[in-house]
Amino acid sequence: MSPLGTESNPLHVAIVGAGPAGFYAAERLMKEKDFAVEVDMYERLPTPFGLVRYGVAPDHQKIKSVTAAFDRTAKRPNFHFYGNVEYGTDMTLDDLKKHYHQIIFTTGAQTDRMLDIPGEDLVGSYPATEFVAWYNGHPDFHDCQFDLTQEKVAVVGIGNVAIDVARILSLTPQELARTDMADYAIEALSKSNVKEVHILGRRGPAQAAFTPIEIKELGELEDCDIVILPEEAALDPLSEASLADADRNTVRDVEIVQELSAREPTGKSKTLYLRFLVSPTRIDGDDNGHVAGMELVHNELYKTDTGTLRPRATDVTEYLDVGIVFRSIGYRGVPLPGIPFHERWGVILNDQGRIVDSDTREPVVGLYTAGWIKRGPSGVIGTNKPDSAETVELMLEDARAGKVLQPSQPSLEETEADVHDHQPDFISYANWQKLDAYEVAQGKAADRPRIKVTDVADMLKIAEE
Amino acid sequence: MKVRQILAARRGPVISIAPDVLVSEAISMLVSKEIGSLVVYDADGELSGIVTERDIMRALAADTTSLEQPVHQVMVREVIIGLPQDDVMAVANTMLEHRVRHMPIVEDGRLIGIVSIGDILKAQRDEYRGAADTLETQMMAEGEES
Repeated sequence: MSPLGTESNPLHVAIVGAGPAGFYAAERLMKEKDFAVEVDMYERLPTPFGLVRYGVAPDHQKIKSVTAAFDRTAKRPNFHFYGNVEYGTDMTLDDLKKHYHQIIFTTGAQTDRMLDIPGEDLVGSYPATEFVAWYNGHPDFHDCQFDLTQEKVAVVGIGNVAIDVARILSLTPQELARTDMADYAIEALSKSNVKEVHILGRRGPAQAAFTPIEIKELGELEDCDIVILPEEAALDPLSEASLADADRNTVRDVEIVQELSAREPTGKSKTLYLRFLVSPTRIDGDDNGHVAGMELVHNELYKTDTGTLRPRATDVTEYLDVGIVFRSIGYRGVPLPGIPFHERWGVILNDQGRIVDSDTREPVVGLYTAGWIKRGPSGVIGTNKPDSAETVELMLEDARAGKVLQPSQPSLEETEADVHDHQPDFISYANWQKLDAYEVAQGKAADRPRIKVTDVADMLKIAEE
Repeated sequence: MKVRQILAARRGPVISIAPDVLVSEAISMLVSKEIGSLVVYDADGELSGIVTERDIMRALAADTTSLEQPVHQVMVREVIIGLPQDDVMAVANTMLEHRVRHMPIVEDGRLIGIVSIGDILKAQRDEYRGAADTLETQMMAEGEES
């Protein structure tokens, strides 16, 4: 047989998960010169692009333009897409091992972290991830119900997801109508009674994870004032000192927060309160088990041995009579069948992308990971590019050294027949493009970027027409 | 960014050494494992120090027979220990301030890895590269629209 990586014996790679990390890995693999690679990408949903479609805020269309680059990758002749095929049920690890020399998991971080406070399970207390997936038309969440009859909402957390959720709750029907948000969500949010949104950060403005663009945008909403308490915008001495060594974004964040805190409300119909140095300690319910309010404790910062400024509770508390709580303190990955997993951190056990054995911590031949399921949720979409490249460099190094799985049926025909046996309704990239064109055409008629199809059966019908 | 996000993808075996192992053997371990530091544990499993390439170089410059000395003679005993939830920028500043290039990271009292100044540099570089790539993609899309 010809050496691995030649035209007659290409390296066969399965990528599980069609989000940014998966596409960046595919692109890097197929760009390798003098080493032939065939890439098959598996995705449990009929649609590709992961959080670009179901996570990026619908009023941030430009961020979604990265899909044009992913499209170019998908059109390469050595790329194949199997949508609507779930790892672990439709295709197991053993099934994949029959067809591939290497398997890379790029399944992302799909769920959220818990607050671990009493009352978190009350009706009206929701994970922000579910709300985001719902308004973005994710098929698993399109039936979710959120009680938008309430006037006051708390969003716990101050990262970009929390900021997105707060902003989406504060948009006008006109602003919502310009987005590619799911139709049902536009309708529900347009009728919402929400008047006050409280974003709750446990540390100060100098430790916040949002970007200057995101925070500035909160001050430019059509019908929503922003309120930042001057005493919370002011920096404590430790934070003030930390700014000397801080990056440009942090310095700019602080400047914008302080500028916004000097503003007076202008009488807009909604108000967004951006709070710092507060942590919820419990959520209270009414007689029907619905969220009725939450207690907050005020924090102060202290410096650890390593220089990190951490929050600790003071004896000052306050009460916030909110009717809905969204928790948004971070995404985490979910375990995959047969793959070593770090439960506490919500990531696959790996060393620079090589999946390692739970006991020995030595690499498991042929198994790799990239993206949020590798390192946890951090950075922007493009951060996954160097991350995936790191993993692919090691994959190619291992492939050249012959450290690969030994597939018994590596040919495209055998693989496709096997996928068809396990999931006859799999979606090819050409199928997805039909669905994509349909959504865009529907959107064009309504002067919107697209109108998403949110039901899997409908997606399959349109994609296969 | 938190230290956890660097260490999440550095979960290979943590290489440690006993205090009475010779410096020459420590050098062999550093070379074969392609690492820059070794955590030193005593017989009771207590962290007793850290030995780095630089510590060994310094010892050898002072005394060429250091190769045959036990590691505890050249290791640093005052070790700054980090936590997974530490901010990467704060850790970087502390490392620069104390002129150290490796920081052991402990979770629930257990050593889970070592973060090096190189790991931090790479994480920062990747973050900037990612942000630049994202911005470039958006600007190109804007250009195509106009």
